[in-house]
Amino acid sequence: MDKNNKKIEAMTGGAAMAEALRQINPDVMAVYPITPQTPIIETYAKMKADGKVKTEIVQVESEHSAMSATIGASAASARAITATSSQGLLYMAEMLPIASGLRLPILMCVSSRALSAPLNIHGEHGDVMAVREAGWVQIFSENVQEAYDNTIIALKLSESIDLPVMSIMDGFHTSHTTERLEICDDKSIKNFLGDRKAEKSLLDFNSPVTFGALALQNSYFDFKLDQEEAIEKAKTEYKKLCAEYMNISGRKHGIFETYKLEDADYVIVMMGATAGTAKDVIDSLRKKEKKVGLLNIKLYRPFPYREIGREIAHVRKIAVLDRAISIGAYPPLYQDIVNSLHHAGSHKNEIASYIYGLGGRDTLQKDIEKVFKDLEEGEISNKIKYLK
Amino acid sequence: MNKDLTKKLAPGHATCAGCGIPAIVRTVLGATNEPVIVSNATGCLEVTTTIYPNTSWKVPYIHSAFGNAAATASGIDAAQKALMKNKKLKKPAKIVAFGGDGGTYDIGLQALSGALERGHDFLYVCYDNEGYMNTGGQRSGGTPFGANTETEPAGSDSFGKSKQRKDLMEIVKAHNISYLAQANVAYLSDLKKKAKKALKTPGPSFLLVLQPCTNLWKFPTSQYVNIGKLATETNFWPLYEIENGNYVINYTPKNPKPVEEFLKTQGRFKHLFVPKNKSVIADIQKTVNENFKTLVKKAQIS
Amino acid sequence: MEKGAIIKHSIKNSSKTGDWRYMKPEIDISKCIGCGICVSYCPEAAIELKNKKSKNKNKKVAEIDYDYCKGCGVCASVCPVKAIIMKK
Repeated sequence: MDKNNKKIEAMTGGAAMAEALRQINPDVMAVYPITPQTPIIETYAKMKADGKVKTEIVQVESEHSAMSATIGASAASARAITATSSQGLLYMAEMLPIASGLRLPILMCVSSRALSAPLNIHGEHGDVMAVREAGWVQIFSENVQEAYDNTIIALKLSESIDLPVMSIMDGFHTSHTTERLEICDDKSIKNFLGDRKAEKSLLDFNSPVTFGALALQNSYFDFKLDQEEAIEKAKTEYKKLCAEYMNISGRKHGIFETYKLEDADYVIVMMGATAGTAKDVIDSLRKKEKKVGLLNIKLYRPFPYREIGREIAHVRKIAVLDRAISIGAYPPLYQDIVNSLHHAGSHKNEIASYIYGLGGRDTLQKDIEKVFKDLEEGEISNKIKYLK
Repeated sequence: MNKDLTKKLAPGHATCAGCGIPAIVRTVLGATNEPVIVSNATGCLEVTTTIYPNTSWKVPYIHSAFGNAAATASGIDAAQKALMKNKKLKKPAKIVAFGGDGGTYDIGLQALSGALERGHDFLYVCYDNEGYMNTGGQRSGGTPFGANTETEPAGSDSFGKSKQRKDLMEIVKAHNISYLAQANVAYLSDLKKKAKKALKTPGPSFLLVLQPCTNLWKFPTSQYVNIGKLATETNFWPLYEIENGNYVINYTPKNPKPVEEFLKTQGRFKHLFVPKNKSVIADIQKTVNENFKTLVKKAQIS
Repeated sequence: MEKGAIIKHSIKNSSKTGDWRYMKPEIDISKCIGCGICVSYCPEAAIELKNKKSKNKNKKVAEIDYDYCKGCGVCASVCPVKAIIMKK
């Protein structure tokens, strides 16, 4: 224990998320195992077996049922969470817009992984990108510390805006990698989270409500706009909660992180674990007087178009690195960044698209160096490049 | 409206004139004075009772998707148990899941199986109208042999459904739950007795209730009770219970009517009454006889 | 609009399904024995047993709520004494 009552341990991302869940101590967890999420739920199951948490853990028979049970529990005013990856996430895909449309606070831990076919169990962002339209808040963590912090903040965020939230870490690269983790004390986390106060609940027997109505042509459109209005609030609410969380943790989080960006001529925009590698490359290139920088995005949905546009509109040469492929189109983050810059009214930028790390393939420092070199040498076109 | 019968489900819903579903819901929910929470699969019942801004439900109710009434119910059960543990809930409600045969035999079977195996405290009621009726009469795993449906129609090359329906009671029984029963909306006092027993049973229980469908079995709107009775009088749909593995037949017709009496009342079997399909009716009769014989044997050794 | 389309019951929001009818059930209270069979089977729960005077006697007979009666005819078909007739 150090003087600020923090524990410092060496943990994997999976164990770190389980630790965050221990401090959350949700009422209900409905889960189905899938690599590389399993360490989260196994660590948590052991915590339950040892009496450290009181959660009702429902070992469902499929991910579709995991999300269905989580929805039922949340509608019954319980603090309900689940966790999954890849094929599991897509198996519950039908239920994701339902959770969001019903305005249910739900936390989902995702150890993101490639999608079949071919079958691949390793890390990338293909799975979470495939469901980015589902109306869930998506927060990407770069490392084990962020995975722990963001999982706690995500829970509180979901209850503040009555929308479900995904706390995402790269499968294997973060979930199975041991890093240094600072754990806040249980009491501070408990106070930060408070209790859930459900506005509408299945447990209200005096004033019963119906969840899941049929909305015809004359009302469906308007409900979608309500949802849109609600998710936009996540930007300010997340910022607010990060500031509150900083008071108990000493760590600052936000919708994005800038690394040596202010005077950069060449900038990489990316999310997730590989941002850590990019920071190392930036440090070494800066020593060689190269003006390079990084925009590391954390809040991916709702996408902070304006905030990002403001941040990088002045940068002439930008490379967007996606850890996902959109077969037949430009990759997701690239599309969103091009949009940001277009709406910022900036026509000065040259923006290159790179795809890296699919199917768990490692991205090395020399790959990132090549990206900065391409930017410097004007090797920018509208052809997608691949760091393979 | 009848104030007593509409305490939990109000009228003004969009079920077809002459639909058998409301009587099932009222009878089941009326079999307890405890608070109830309903989990409902997509289908006739759900769509007709929850058209925004109207809901006919006067009890807490959730519809989330098609194949997951049992999974959603599992989550509600877990929530109640968790909130009882941390004293945020004094007394849990009874959880009743409703699903049609489509949402139970087919797309909902996995979730039902999981929920039964995990032993959640809930009652699952399948209102069996032997097809996907809400979407216009497509065949389901519960559609009987020889029935004409939109997706397995009768024609010059076909006599309708060519395979027997699933034996859902046996599937559910294989999960070793304490109480399950086959019932029929035409026999409401029998259904009420069974619902009372089921709701008093801890853990999971299951009711399979025949619900003749005026619209897609194709018979006049006034006939659901009469046709339902014929289903049981011909042994096509026996009334029985399985309590702790013991079979009890609730009603054995002294002189069971030939199954033809049941088939001829419905447009969905009209095509069987031509010379080339006579053998299909004979097959149906043979199966009805064999199935009832098997059931009687099971009851005898119970 | 309700958040998440989560709604409470109010009978004002439902249709008066009585306007679906083209045949109307009429009860001959002199024949009605108040058995209640029609009450249980009516899909709309539109029938109640009420005390009425018939032939100088008070008896419990069925009464139909025509606001919700869809005219399906189930009541007429299950009545054991044929006290209900469907009329245009």
